Amino acid sequence: MYIPVKEILKKINMFDDFFIRALVAGLGVAFVTGPLGCFVIWRRLSYFGDTLSHSALLGVTLAYSFEINTAFSVFLVSSLIALILIQLQKKTNLPGDALLGLLAHSSLAVGLVVIGFLTFIRFDIMGLLFGDILAVKIDDLFIIWIGGAFILLVLRLIWKPLFASTVNYELAEAEGLNPERAKAIFTILMAAIIAISIKMVGLLLITGMLIIPAAMARNISDSPKKMVIFSIIGGLLSVIIGLFSSLEFNTASGPSIIAASLFLFILSLLKIKQSIKLKN
Amino acid sequence: MNSNNNMLVKLNNAGYQHNDKWLVQGVSLTVEKGKIVTLIGPNGSGKSTTAKIALGIYKKIDGEVEKYTNKVGYVPQKISIDWTLPLRVLDFMILTENLKDETIDEALSLTGVLHLKNKNLGNLSGGEFQRVLLARAISKKPELLVLDEPVQGVDFTGEIALYELIKKISEELNCGILLISHDLHTVMSATDHVVCLNGHVCCSGSPIDVAKNTEYKALFGEQASQILTRYEHKHDHVHTSEGDIKKN
Repeated sequence: MYIPVKEILKKINMFDDFFIRALVAGLGVAFVTGPLGCFVIWRRLSYFGDTLSHSALLGVTLAYSFEINTAFSVFLVSSLIALILIQLQKKTNLPGDALLGLLAHSSLAVGLVVIGFLTFIRFDIMGLLFGDILAVKIDDLFIIWIGGAFILLVLRLIWKPLFASTVNYELAEAEGLNPERAKAIFTILMAAIIAISIKMVGLLLITGMLIIPAAMARNISDSPKKMVIFSIIGGLLSVIIGLFSSLEFNTASGPSIIAASLFLFILSLLKIKQSIKLKN
Repeated sequence: MNSNNNMLVKLNNAGYQHNDKWLVQGVSLTVEKGKIVTLIGPNGSGKSTTAKIALGIYKKIDGEVEKYTNKVGYVPQKISIDWTLPLRVLDFMILTENLKDETIDEALSLTGVLHLKNKNLGNLSGGEFQRVLLARAISKKPELLVLDEPVQGVDFTGEIALYELIKKISEELNCGILLISHDLHTVMSATDHVVCLNGHVCCSGSPIDVAKNTEYKALFGEQASQILTRYEHKHDHVHTSEGDIKKN
């Protein structure tokens, strides 16, 4: 029996190439940010996403300090910040956006201060903030694809209560869908996607990856399902275009991907203009 | 457990307060299968609050509420749909439960809005939207229907037709209905039990009993009382939506 050992080895070797790794990682992230991003827009959670991702820096520094997995540590810190936010909302009279700003900037600041203490490790701050495709290792691919598949599976399971309560909380509650539980699980999923995508896009731009493809999708869709599908396609295209130009022009991977998604968003505006013209 | 199998929801001395102000208190009522219970009362008398207590939307309540079913259809008094959601009537129909296409079509044609199925929810008029809300609530064939002013903004003939539909549904599905309405005329003829609220239960009973109650008269005036008592006579004719009168 002939076993194509050489071909298989060749395929495995393919993942040695940093660019292929980055591409596979980016596409995995885009599959998950697509549907989550739609919910971020529908539920008006843009600044919530920002706050969680800012706190990710603290997670990264903790990972270095205690030598644990970065994604795991970021996930823990982001979930913790989300919990603190919920508690502060209950216990103080401050408006939600003030609390979000407070947590976002203080966790970012604390993260940077901690980095200052860790003089024995050399940090690539730019890479942390804006993403670094060189940093994506084989392990990260596993975390992204397995973690991503898990996030999508859980989102599928809570879709009905989460979506229904997004449209109208009281309807969902009255008809027995338990919206509080769906909201709590969704918060954890947000922390998880930030944890697995931080190396690719960087912590300052993750929210962009969530919002911009979904915003583009909103412009061209008339039903929630369509919006989710277009959002995923938009994310995938942004990753492909962004990473190739990042390679070509030697720019940071995060900003390149986000710039590509902005480009797609602008194209989707043209479609809106067209449909308005058609109506007239 | 309750020995009465027909019981759907039971409020026992229930009340709810918000910001140290009682919205409603001391409400006791039961909704049973095949029965229509109507809540009436002036603005701010706690009708919607009572409905939300019965539905379990408010958690921190005074007294007790026992719900014996999870198959609930709800038409809220106020609902605002965000433009950020691309939502067609069709998507809205399957919001809380997946339904077959025929079931959706059937419910939409019952309330007369089948032609709007693929329209964006944001583009509907107030009355059209109200019909969609009602269609959604009945489409899942619930055991308990809670209708908070279900025909607000619907045109006059439509209003009568929809109330007839509600009555028909309660008979066909044998479901219990908790109805909130300002429209004393149309509602009373179909109601089994009336609860008159004004921050508390000011009186309750059959429509005739309530109409004769002095507290009710004080609350709504003499005229409203006459409206109710008019239904004491048996109807020997029906008014069709075209305005004709048909003998039974």
